[in-house]
Parts: sequence; structure tokens; C-alpha cells
Amino acid sequence: MDEITQAPTRIVGGSASRLDAAAKVTGQARYADDLSFPGMLYVKVIRSDRPHARVTALDLSRVEAHPQVVCVVTPGDIPGENVVPIIYRDMPLLAEGRVRYVGEPLALLAARTPEAAEEAARLARVTYEDLPAVLDPLEAIREGAPQVAVPQAAEAGNIFNHMVIRKGDVGQGFSQADVVVEGEYRVGYQEHAYLEPQGVIAVPEEGGMAIYGTLQCPYYVQNAVAAVLGLPLSKVRVVQTATGGGFGGKEDVPSQLAALAAVVAAKSGRPTKLVYDRAEDIISTSKRHPGVIRYRTGAKRDGTLVAVEVEFYYNAGAYQTLSSAVLWRGLVHAPGPYRIPNVKVDAYSVATNTVPCGAFRGFGSPQVIFAHESQMDELANRLGMDPLELRKKNALREGDETATGQRLTESVGLLAAIERARELSDWENLRREAEEFNRRERFRRRGVGVSTVMYGVGMGAKAPLLDKAGAYVKLEADGSVTVAVGNTEMGQGAITVLGQIAAEALGVRLSDVQLAPVDTSRVPDSGPTVASRTTTVAGAAVLDAASQLRARVEAAAREFFGSQRVEIADGKVWPKDRPRDAKPLSEVARWMWAHNWDLGATGWAQGAPVDWDPKTGQGNAYFVYAYACHIAEVEVDLLTGETHVTRFWAVHDSGKIVNPALARGQVAGGIAQGIGYALMEELRSEDGRIVAPSFTGYHIPTAMDVPGQYVIEFVEAPYSGGPYGAKGLGEVPLMAAHAAVANALSRATGGRLREYPAIPERVLGLVRGER
Amino acid sequence: MSINFRLNGREVEVDVPPGRRLLNLLREDLGLTGTKEGCGEGECGACTVLVDGRPRLACLTAAIQVEGKEVLTVEGLSAGGKLHPMQEALIKAAGVQCGFCTPGFVMAAYALLSENPHPTRQEVREFLSGNLCRCTGYEGIVEAVLLAAKYLRGDPSRVTPDGKTP
Repeated sequence: MDEITQAPTRIVGGSASRLDAAAKVTGQARYADDLSFPGMLYVKVIRSDRPHARVTALDLSRVEAHPQVVCVVTPGDIPGENVVPIIYRDMPLLAEGRVRYVGEPLALLAARTPEAAEEAARLARVTYEDLPAVLDPLEAIREGAPQVAVPQAAEAGNIFNHMVIRKGDVGQGFSQADVVVEGEYRVGYQEHAYLEPQGVIAVPEEGGMAIYGTLQCPYYVQNAVAAVLGLPLSKVRVVQTATGGGFGGKEDVPSQLAALAAVVAAKSGRPTKLVYDRAEDIISTSKRHPGVIRYRTGAKRDGTLVAVEVEFYYNAGAYQTLSSAVLWRGLVHAPGPYRIPNVKVDAYSVATNTVPCGAFRGFGSPQVIFAHESQMDELANRLGMDPLELRKKNALREGDETATGQRLTESVGLLAAIERARELSDWENLRREAEEFNRRERFRRRGVGVSTVMYGVGMGAKAPLLDKAGAYVKLEADGSVTVAVGNTEMGQGAITVLGQIAAEALGVRLSDVQLAPVDTSRVPDSGPTVASRTTTVAGAAVLDAASQLRARVEAAAREFFGSQRVEIADGKVWPKDRPRDAKPLSEVARWMWAHNWDLGATGWAQGAPVDWDPKTGQGNAYFVYAYACHIAEVEVDLLTGETHVTRFWAVHDSGKIVNPALARGQVAGGIAQGIGYALMEELRSEDGRIVAPSFTGYHIPTAMDVPGQYVIEFVEAPYSGGPYGAKGLGEVPLMAAHAAVANALSRATGGRLREYPAIPERVLGLVRGER
Repeated sequence: MSINFRLNGREVEVDVPPGRRLLNLLREDLGLTGTKEGCGEGECGACTVLVDGRPRLACLTAAIQVEGKEVLTVEGLSAGGKLHPMQEALIKAAGVQCGFCTPGFVMAAYALLSENPHPTRQEVREFLSGNLCRCTGYEGIVEAVLLAAKYLRGDPSRVTPDGKTP
């Protein structure tokens, strides 16, 4: 670890209030739908209502005749390519001749009012010739299944991607096992349910296009808009508006919305707003991949894991979008945070006639975590072992090798997290209390469950080209500080944490620091705001810029004071031997400005090297990992099947925690989403149509569905490559929480939950002893 | 048709078509975009405003229904430039993340504390269960309401029934 990460910190590690909090509590923060521009039109998307069909006629004459309609766009009007470029280029912006899912965009209209746009869209007449549709991934890979995937985008048939891990020899591993457990696990969709629906505004400007929108990844959007308009990137400018939650749902989808709005703006020459209502958002945007996971685990009598074999299928939907990256993270995370000598994993993403799935907090890992954490509990039951002990016995430690053959050389806080969670929850007593409760009560049962997870921070070896970040830090002439990065604030606290890093490194107060609004024409590219990477990678870039700037300020201050050594802290500067001569930094800044010093500094950071062999699935998959141990207590009503999470303990190792209060908020929010995933959130489809796309049909946790309080702590195993030792956190809480809840529920009912969500009818099935 | 009502302490007179929702009237016609639309069907609470002191969902309320009434939105709580104790408490207790649900929670909590200055944790959770938040897991929000109750009890003069902070 270098010096800067070891020195005591003043601002990093403190629970400063969010920099954006005042604007948000007063209603002044401007979200996408809060903005309007002169002459702005309202866009409506005309969508497919068939899962798989040839479009034989698209009659928009009545739409065009509507008196409030100003512009209609069909594929022929797209000035550039008809594509939404994400990883592959298989998804058209507007379907031409063939539709592959219900909700696929066919055409666009723009009207003078949102009401008129809505009304006019209903006047479109689409004639279809239905094609056989396939909705289930296991059916889609059968011989003779209808071809959904665009052939160039698929490895074979409807298999978009097949990825593997081959470590050791599982045949030999299982032959050494005293106990083998096996299971098939199923999960459905999880909908992001960010409170702010998707929305963008495209504004034509000086030969190019500006996009304002709720989004995580401005450079993805810039790339997509440039492609559909046939413009150079320099003519497309993306401005992030206040973003009302993302969770991965605003990673790739805003590229589609922005490109849709942009082609209408380009044709009409007017600003165009495209904001989805809740139903349109649920029907047409990405979700967590449903999956089928088959898992087999072998262990010695003492609990030592000897072999794991996994095969899993994710329903990718009709187009690739982010599925290859989601699948890869699922692949790497499938074996769990354990030492296992023999591992075989086969992961498949499969095309079906359903809405494309994408990024959602955890990014392909929660599905396999449900499976591996259930397997650990099933194994503990068979061995008669304490499930926490079993995890501890196999937990990865420093010096161990992961399932992908990566030697963990530093920052492995898993054991510390398990130990701390055990202490905080008083694990043995907690389990005993639950048993006593269950003996006492007739119609209620309590259960306690544990989970442990690891999380590869950043893009990993799937996309090291995205794990870089630029930053710009400027000392203003009055001593205030502007920090510019291309990472986005979506609620997670990024701007506050990055501001703290800048303030710490420069020696100013956090209140002196302002984050510049994200506008791709004005901030450095710091990569996508995904993969729990912002604090680690963009934070390192900010630290780099601020450190350079500090060196310059110190040089100037030496001249200013005529002193060999100077100190800077809390916005004050002084000669080391004359602290009583301290001046506000503003005086030195003014002096620097007046004497033509360069007051800006550019920083750069990239993730430590990673590597990967796709044939064996061996390599250094990620530059560092975060860890967590969660413990949940649930209470089940045996008569109604209703389950409540009554108490919860969460301990995380994400290295140095830059802002404990914000980190705590991330963990509590992730626990709630995990509770939703395990117990409540079910999005039903019939014949490829999502039924009841609303908060009436899709229930996310309310204040009554979460425990009254959470016990949350951090054990900090610092990472030498992160600013002040920080690693990633954002996704980890959700990943760990649902599995602890599922294990608690299984213990309470005496059954074994193998399918999410555990809605009451499924819980009653467990109680009755059905599978 | 023309309607008259008090909005954040001031008389307003506006022309609205009969079917217009209070939400559109506030956001589009009057430029008060602090009130948010999260679902448009009364399930998320992001558009919560107070009508004659009681919480109402602006997406399910026709604009004409507020004729002659007193409407308070999030903008009205800090009208004097000073944050309302509920707003201060949300910042202090880290009850804000993405912020999109926040104005609705501020208004719902304001209503709760007006009718029950001493709520228990359980009462806060029950009262707020009509407002959805996807970021916080509710912990920071519930803490903030309990904290705001303390602020308000400590200095009852800090808030008047119409939401003005002297």
C-alpha cells in the first residue's frame, strides 16, 4: 500500500451528508421529465403486440392525419444505422419486417401534447403474420425450436453464448466426496422498479444532437445516438439529468430511448421528449434474467468441498444487449466464495421471444448465488453441520486460489465478515431461540439463515477496456474546487464520495467541493457507472488529479510564504514551522491565479491487469473482490404462507469505507431489494405478454415488508489499488441478502425453497412438504 | 373551467379542462416539478401533496377537486429558503438516495407529524407504507421521521400548520 492510503484521513471515512441532499428534499433537483424546451414535441413508440411475427403491413396514415401529430418515423427515416449498439449489434432501433418480442419498437410519432401522442399511437394499423414463438430458454435450445436469435449474434441456434469454467477434474472430485447434494433452482424476472421511469429529451443543436436524460452510462448513449444519426461522436453531447434510481436498469436501456428520441428530433428539427409511463417501462425495458440453475456439490465428511458442477441457462430475451457480460459474471460467480479444487461450470444465455434482459444489481450473480447458497445449506443439513461453520471452513482466504485459478494476494475480508456476523447476531443463541419459538408456537415458525458472497469489482476480464477513468480537478480562484468525472449519481452517493476523495487529497473542506454536471462534451470519460466500480476506479482518477494539483498548490504556497515546507488542511495553508501564519486557501488560490499558475489537473486510473482463457475459464477474472456475510431471521405464518423478515445482520468487506452513512444506506437498500427478490417480486407473463405491468401487479417491499432496523457493519480489508484502500460495494448487499432470506425460510418451513419468489402459495407448498 | 385555490400559502386562479389531473396542473401548468409521477395510478406515493392538511395523491386527484382548498407541495415547505425540520432530518439521517420518492415522503411524513407528533417506529412504518422507495430500504427515512418529530417537539414554534417556517 502506498503512503496516501495509510495516512489517517479527515474526510474520507466520515459520514458527510450528501452533496445533492438539499436539492432533493426541497424538490429542486431536476429529473428528465421536469425539463422542457421551446417547441418540444412528445414522442410515442408504436410497438409490436406479437411475440414473434412477420409484419406484412404498417399503416400509419391515420396517425399522420391526426391534427396534433407533427412527425412520424419509420426505419427509412433513420439517417444512420438502424441499430441499438450495445455489445453486439443485433437489435434494430425499429423492427423491419419481423418482430421478436411484445413491445418491440416498430415506428415513432411525435405530437404537440403527450395526450395527443398517446391517442395517435392507437391509430396505427399493423398487420402481422404470426410465427411460432418460443418463450422458455430450455425449449428454445431444443432441436427444431423456432429460430429467434439473429444468426450472426448466436453461437448456435438460439444459444447466444456458452461459457465454461474447467478446473481440476470434477469426476475425480466427486469420487472423493462422502456426501453429494444436487438441486435445480429457478428464478423469474426481477424488475428494477426505480421510482423514476425511463426518460430522455433530444435537442437538435448546431449540426448535432444533445441528449438530456436519466441514465447511468452517458458514453454508451453518445455512441448509440451517433450510430443512428450517422454523426461523429463529437457532434453528440449527452447530459445526465438527476437520476431517480438505476440499479442497472439505466445502463443500456437509455441508449435505446435516446436513439429513438434522437431520430424523431433529427427528422422534425425540434426537441423531442420520450418519457415512459410505468406500464411501458415494465413491458419494454430490461430486467434481471430468469434462469434455471442445476447444481451439484460434493464434500468430505468434515465439510471440505471437493467438487462443484454447475449448468445454468439464462433467458436473454430476443436480442443480446448485455447478456454476454451478464452471463460471464454469473459464470465467474457460480462457484461462490469457496475453495474448491474441482469445478466445472457451463453457462448459457438463450434467445427467446421475450423482452431483452439486461443489467440488474448483481449482474447475473444473484441467480447462481441462490443456487450455491442453497447447496451449502443442503450440504450442512446432510452433514449435520452448522451452516455458518461449513461456510467458514471453505471460505476463501488470502493466498487461496479461486475457481478460476486466481491467487488472492490481498484484501480478503470474508472470514472477518463471517466472524463479525456471528458475533453481532449471537448466531448460536439466535438459532436456539428460533427452535424454542417453533416448539412453543402452533401456527408460526421462525428460521435463521446465512449467506456468504464474493463480488468481482469492476468490469473484469470480460471488458478491461472499460475499466479506466479520467478525472479533472480545478482549484477556482476563490479556493473552491470543481471536480469533473463522467460517472453518474443515480442515488448511490457517487458524487459525495468522489467529492470526499478530492477534498481529502487537496486538503479542503467537502463544502468547498462541487461536482460538475455530467455532460460528455465537458467531463472526462470515466467509463460506465456500473459494476460497483465508481469509488474504486473513478475515485482513483480523482485522487490522481487532486494529488497532482495539491503538489502544485504546495509549490505555489512555498513561494507565497517563502517557506521550505507547507501544510494544507481544512481549506487552510501554513508554513510548517509557523502554523500561526495560516491563511485561507482562497488567498493562495487567488495568488496562483494572479501569477498565471495552471489551476487544473487531469487524473487517470485503470484497473489492475486481468486475464482470461475462454476455453478453460481460468484466469485473473477481476482485479479485486468484495465480500459479505448476511444473516436473516424470518417468521412464517403456517396458515397463510406469509413470510416476514424480522431481523437482519449484514457485514461487508468493501475495503476502506469512504462514507459510512452512505454505505449503510446502500446496504439497507440492497437488503430490501434482496427481500423483494426472494419473497415478493413476481412478474407474470402469459404468451409472451407481461401481465399487470404496474406496482399493483408487481409488488416491491414497502416500509412494512422490511425489518424495523438492520444491523450493518463493515470489516475493512484495504485494497492497495483503490483510493484510500476502497473497493466496490453497491451491488453486493442485494447479492447476499436474498440468499440469507431463502435459507432462513427453508429452515423455518423444514422444506427447501428451490424457486423464487417465495410467494405465500409456494411457501404453503414447502410447509406441506411438497418440493 | 376556472378554479381558485390556495397553493403553498398563496391564492391562485387557473383555467383547467375538467379531466386534468392535479399532478399535471402542478407540474406542467404551474411549473412546480417537485411533485413526481412514479406510476400514475396511486401505487407509489411519489406525487403525495397535502390538500387541506391531508395527504392526497395528485395523480388520482382531479384539478377541479381542489377548488377553494389549501394545497401544500414540497416547494411550499421551504418557501422562506429555510429547510423544514422534516427536510433537515432526511438529510441528517441519510434518508435520501436517488431523491425521486423524497418529496412524496416529505409530504406524507409532514402529514403524519401534524396529526401525531409522537409516533412510534411502528406507526411511522405503517403510515409511510403507501409510499414506495427502491433505494434506501426505508431505514434512513423512518429514522428521519423520528428525528424530525424530536426537532418539532423541541421547538414547536418552528412549524405552523400551513407549513411555513418562521
